[in-house]
Amino acid sequence: MASTVTVKEYRAYAQQPTWCPGCGDFAVVAAMQRALVNLGLKPHQVVAVTGIGCSGKFNYYLGANGFNSMHGRSLPVAQAIKIANRDLVVIAAGGDGDGYGIGVGHFIHACRRNIDITYVVMDNHIYGLTTGQTSPTSEKGFKTKTTPYGAAEYPIRPLPLAIASGCGFVAQGFSGDVKHLQSLFEAAIQHKGFALVNVFSPCVTFNKEQTYDWWRENLVNLDEREDYDPTDKAAAYKVVTETNGLVTGIIYREERPDYQDELPNYDPKPLVYQDLSKPVKDREKLLQAFM
Amino acid sequence: MDFTWKIGGAQGEGIDSAGEIFALTLHRKGYYIYAYRHFMSLIKGGHTNYKVRISSKQHRHRGDQLDLLVAFDQRSIDENLHELKSGGAVLYNAGAFEPKFPADVDVVPIGVPMQQIAKDHGSIVMTNMAAMGASAALVGLEPDAFDDFIAERYGKHGADVVEANRKVVRAGFQAASEATSWRARLPELPPEARGKKRLFMHGNDAIALGAVVAGCRVVAAYPITPATDILYSLLKLLPEYGGVVLQAEDEMAACQMAVGCNYAGVRAMTSTSGPGFSLMTETLGLASVSETPVVIVDVQRAGPSTGMPTKTEQGDAFQAIFSSHGESQRIVLAPATVEDCFYDIQRAFNLADKYQCPVIVLTDLSLGLSKQTVEVDDIDFEKIAIDRGQLLTEEQVKEIAANGGYKRYALTESGISPRALPGQEGGVHLAISYEHTEEGWEDETPLHRVAQTEKRIRKMSTFDPAEFGVRQSGDASPDLLLVGWGSTIGQIDEAREALKAEGISVGHLHLSVLYPFPAKEVREAIESARAVLIVENNAFGQLQQLIQLNVGHYDHIHHCRKFSGEPFKVFEIVARAKEVLAAKSVKEVG
Ligand SMILES: Cc1ncc(C[n+]2csc(CCOP(=O)(O)OP(=O)(O)O)c2C)c(N)n1
Ligand code: SF4
Ligand SMILES: [Mg+2]
Repeated sequence: MASTVTVKEYRAYAQQPTWCPGCGDFAVVAAMQRALVNLGLKPHQVVAVTGIGCSGKFNYYLGANGFNSMHGRSLPVAQAIKIANRDLVVIAAGGDGDGYGIGVGHFIHACRRNIDITYVVMDNHIYGLTTGQTSPTSEKGFKTKTTPYGAAEYPIRPLPLAIASGCGFVAQGFSGDVKHLQSLFEAAIQHKGFALVNVFSPCVTFNKEQTYDWWRENLVNLDEREDYDPTDKAAAYKVVTETNGLVTGIIYREERPDYQDELPNYDPKPLVYQDLSKPVKDREKLLQAFM
Repeated sequence: MDFTWKIGGAQGEGIDSAGEIFALTLHRKGYYIYAYRHFMSLIKGGHTNYKVRISSKQHRHRGDQLDLLVAFDQRSIDENLHELKSGGAVLYNAGAFEPKFPADVDVVPIGVPMQQIAKDHGSIVMTNMAAMGASAALVGLEPDAFDDFIAERYGKHGADVVEANRKVVRAGFQAASEATSWRARLPELPPEARGKKRLFMHGNDAIALGAVVAGCRVVAAYPITPATDILYSLLKLLPEYGGVVLQAEDEMAACQMAVGCNYAGVRAMTSTSGPGFSLMTETLGLASVSETPVVIVDVQRAGPSTGMPTKTEQGDAFQAIFSSHGESQRIVLAPATVEDCFYDIQRAFNLADKYQCPVIVLTDLSLGLSKQTVEVDDIDFEKIAIDRGQLLTEEQVKEIAANGGYKRYALTESGISPRALPGQEGGVHLAISYEHTEEGWEDETPLHRVAQTEKRIRKMSTFDPAEFGVRQSGDASPDLLLVGWGSTIGQIDEAREALKAEGISVGHLHLSVLYPFPAKEVREAIESARAVLIVENNAFGQLQQLIQLNVGHYDHIHHCRKFSGEPFKVFEIVARAKEVLAAKSVKEVG
């Protein structure tokens, strides 16, 4: 792909961010813009779909096409857009509450359905936009406005959940390492099928435990470990279990046909460009079935 | 003149397939058929029946009475005998049970050992075929009448299965011929009608076919009675055109997916029934505020909650019109006939594109699942042309981009903002669930809130509900005006004719659009009648309340409601109409 695109083109459509200074989500947008530019993709060729949350404003600031749906509903819309027009690069993005709380049903099914989109979760272990309640990824015992005595529930572990649900590309990044994040986004977009990139993206305002420093001290980058083979499913489960999910890099990948390849009679030409007048010409044949 | 036949037994005994073969055979002979399935939300046991009304003219309901009942068990007699005409026959499975009839009923019992015949000539699972053969003898069909269908249906199981079924039919025919001299007369068919090619379809089929003709290429849905048949039809129709039927994880996803496809420029819909529609209501608001077209079919069943999944009701008008928080735009159509289903779904797609809002098509179980004869010419593929509304082309978008830039929610005079698609250069935009500026940027200031709300209201102002389904028939300025909506048209029509035959001046107003409400037409009709009877398949009188809301309160409005889960019978409407007229004349004289 001839890379004649620049980040400036994306900025032309983007709004002024309203995130708190220092919010991890800035790095996620920056890394995504660079990844798209590096892949030679222009803003009109990309659609970013979000739900609701601080992270749901991802597509306000990305500068590509966007669809902002309701809380928890980014994935159904994103998958449908890809079905309608497989030429588009479709990215769904949102928070841990959006994706693993209210939208977790859609997440599991998107993993097994394997439509060729990329899903970025800005996982800050907290509900940011609603000013600091517990989230499905909050650690047990974590104190928030709704869990003043500490969270009683065990957290969702997105990585093994994704692998077990049939996700063919499972990666994890950190907002403190934009370059690495960019490489993960590029690999995820290039992966044919549903790709998850869970990003530890600190909420500097409401989560005083999982800070940039805390993540830096606790994360191990698997991409730097030469002996790690991301195509080995058993190894992937083992490493996310042993480290309690505190790893970054490509955790697991597997090539398999995507959903659209599996459909009967599916035309590679996007549905949106198909001729709609055909059934009128087929009237006799179509009516025969009802005689 | 018509003839009605019903077969009843336990679910799992092949009642449905026997009924359908019987209906289709007579349909192909040139009769008009209306077939009604009575079934239950279980797989084995219970009671199920299949009623076929056979006529030389088109009827849009199952008929009040019954000429011949085929009973596999006592329960089939107990549940259906009340419909049997005086002197009608009950063909029962002799040997399987000893039938009991109330002493005061004038019935001709005909015992044929159908189960034994099936065992002797094929296998016990072919008992329904013995019943078919026996029925053929009693209504004057030939013993080979079903041969073609048996081959069509069972050919895939091998030649011996086909042969065994045919043998059982013939043995059943023979046994019934010998068992009784009772014979029914099928209606006389005019020569030009004999063997005439017509369609046999239900509302769900017509919705599916119409959707394909309208250019719908994606259907995302979650299985639910009585809407699932729409998916089955589309699974046969869509792949030919590159289309996709996607079984979503739930109805929230299904509806959001339909929205997503439409946003990307592909016509898409979802189909469901009440419980699923409840889950979709959040998406009505999303489609409204983001101004994304979407078509939702609600094949109503009896609620609330899980309610009665296999029974009919017109209970979702309020939820179609009022559900979802905030104030959101939408259009609600309520087709009355199979033909309406075919055209209204096409209109729905055009309206959704034109007004960039959700369009809900409300049918119900009785319209959705009752297969009936339809004239080929009445399913016209060219009557409604595809109109995508203000959908911009690549060139138009480029031109707009060069002249100040594209704004998704531009404040236009009509209120309709031209729509660019993702993928078009120069048309990059954000569609959004929050209140927003013209650019689609989240905004809560009064300036934008008021301007965008007024724009969304303004765009609906050119919608004229009268164009989309206000039918009037019968006498003008009548003594009694019957008012209905949706699937009840057949019974109300026949009730009108029956009353007319008694010299009563009667009119019929039928609505196939509920929102925006055709207030002007309804007001005129109501004010010109001496008495009004609103006929609805629900308990709360939803249309009556809509009339009160949109038109006003009138002392001369009365109601006729049925909420048992069954469609109306004509005599119920006629009786209620007479009651109202009698009370009225007493009042006017006194
Ligand atoms: C149906 C519904 N329920 C609740 C809300 C309120 N709400 C908005 S965002 C949010 C949670 C945000 O947390 P997360 O998804 O983690 O995103 P973050 O703000 O942390 O990026 C909630 C509960 C809503 N908008 N819609
Ligand atoms: S509240 Fe937290 S997540 Fe939201 S913008 Fe501020 S730092 Fe970011
Ligand atoms: Mg969060």
